[in-house]
Amino acid sequence: MTNLLILQGLNGLQAGILLFLVAAGLTLVFGVMDVINLAHGAQYMVGTYLAAAFTGLTGSFLAGLALAVPATLIFGLAVEFLVIRRLYDRSHLDQVLVTFGLMLMLNEGVRMIWGAGPISVEMPGALSGSIPVWGKLRYPVYRLAILGAGLAVAVGLWWAINRTRTGMLLRAGATNRAMVSALGTDINRLFLLVFGAGAMLAGFAGAMMVPVVSAEPDMGDTVLILTFVVIVIGGIGSIRGAFVAALLVGLVDTLGRSFGPILLRSLLPPDAAGQAGRTLAPMLIYILMALILALRPAGLFPVKR
Amino acid sequence: MIGSDRAMLILLAVVAVLPPVLSALGEPFLTVILSRALIFATAALSLDLILGFGAMVSFGHAAYLGIGAYAAGILAANGLTGLEVQVPVALAAAGVFALVTGAISLRTSGVHFIMITLAFGQMAFFLMTSLSAYGGDDGQALAAPSTLFGIAVFDGAARFFYATLAVLALAWLGLRTITRSRFGRVLAGTREDPARMQAMGFSPFGYRLTAYVISGMVAALAGVLLANHAAYISPSYMSWARSGELIAMVALGGMGTLTGPVLGALAFVLAEEALAKLTTHWRLPFGAAVVLAVLFTRGGLMGALSRTRGRK
Repeated sequence: MTNLLILQGLNGLQAGILLFLVAAGLTLVFGVMDVINLAHGAQYMVGTYLAAAFTGLTGSFLAGLALAVPATLIFGLAVEFLVIRRLYDRSHLDQVLVTFGLMLMLNEGVRMIWGAGPISVEMPGALSGSIPVWGKLRYPVYRLAILGAGLAVAVGLWWAINRTRTGMLLRAGATNRAMVSALGTDINRLFLLVFGAGAMLAGFAGAMMVPVVSAEPDMGDTVLILTFVVIVIGGIGSIRGAFVAALLVGLVDTLGRSFGPILLRSLLPPDAAGQAGRTLAPMLIYILMALILALRPAGLFPVKR
Repeated sequence: MIGSDRAMLILLAVVAVLPPVLSALGEPFLTVILSRALIFATAALSLDLILGFGAMVSFGHAAYLGIGAYAAGILAANGLTGLEVQVPVALAAAGVFALVTGAISLRTSGVHFIMITLAFGQMAFFLMTSLSAYGGDDGQALAAPSTLFGIAVFDGAARFFYATLAVLALAWLGLRTITRSRFGRVLAGTREDPARMQAMGFSPFGYRLTAYVISGMVAALAGVLLANHAAYISPSYMSWARSGELIAMVALGGMGTLTGPVLGALAFVLAEEALAKLTTHWRLPFGAAVVLAVLFTRGGLMGALSRTRGRK
């Protein structure tokens, strides 16, 4: 039981840290630029496909990853330049519609280029296999590597936002956009940078996941919805909130799916427990979100404006 | 608004004469597609009440289509095919779901509201996928078409078509009455300026929640029709992409006009069918059309219509 708890706990943390990478971009784009981007999940998908494609070209997953990350940055910059730029002074409804259309195009574009079937990538040799983490319990090295890389990016992001000049402008922009612009900062360049960085973080999360999940069209949709839950729970625009909420959602989702049925079995007859477990497990994070919002409508870490 | 009413009556009249014309032209299948468009027109109409008149951007409206469809499907599987049972159950289920989720969602506004309604829509989606007795992920065939007091009102493409047209006309009349009543004017007032409405002594929350519940119930009615149209119930009716399509129908048709969303839904479904015939990758030009339409037009189809009329 303890082993299962540790195993699923690690799985939950790993899922959470990936969610954080995707959520960070979405919450920044909303917090600083006031743009809601439904195509953000598609950027995660683009990351997985680019990593798969570059791995196929170079024959090495690490080289593929190294090429895919800057490529997702360039892709994000292009999307901002061509489409998102036109949405800054539009209503949220217009933003929803345009980015929804964009998401349809990206999903279909991927299907046209790479086909509808899943594309898998072999795990790099050095990172396959597992190591002992607790007594006899072993855990896959690659999943630990994802956890470590995700945490490193989270620390880097915290540093960039709290300790650099650009990060300072970014925080200022989130509080009062007009004032930052009036003080002589090129707000359009700042926005371009934020959107590109957000796309790159999502793309990086996707690229890291290729050996585990394989690339598929529409795979970004599920990620997008989970990310929405994360940033709503965390408080839209708050990186710290996104971090806490991402880990919370990752853990609740993973542990709920594995321990929910076990707990229910001690309360209900096996048949009823099975059906209730299957029904409740996927709904758990939405129930969590509803509970948190009922108590704190602006999320756990509301951003003051 | 007079122009909008006339446009709607002309539209209904034109659509009503289409089935015999289409079968004379040797294209009876188009009647089936048209029925589908009318069902989505009813759903878009219901969304316009909260989106257009109440300024509540709900991204979970497809959930109500699904609730209606599953109410019909589950009852039919248990031998209850009468609409006299199915419709009240569908309305009650949708009403309760809207009341509970609406009461939570309406504590927030703006982007929070969009995301929360989306999450509740997904919650309903996962609930249906977990119903293994009713097909789970894949859904299942409708056990029997719905009847009305034992009469097979949905039997045959033409009869089904006129039934959906009647539901659309009734929904339009009902929502038209609601939006012109005192209730509707207060609702529109909360859209323009909630603070001022509050100062006048109205509590926006109650009005918004009521509109949210009515809107969900009308969409559930469309869901009952949708289950009968496809003779199938599936969780895919309530996917979040479907919710996005409904918003696009309302916004591209013209929000807050009632006629616009109907036009938008007809244009949307027919364009979808036409593009799907040309290429399997129809979503690419379709997505591009949505992007360009929002970026470069204002006021949707109804806006374009009133501009051309204004020029005369």
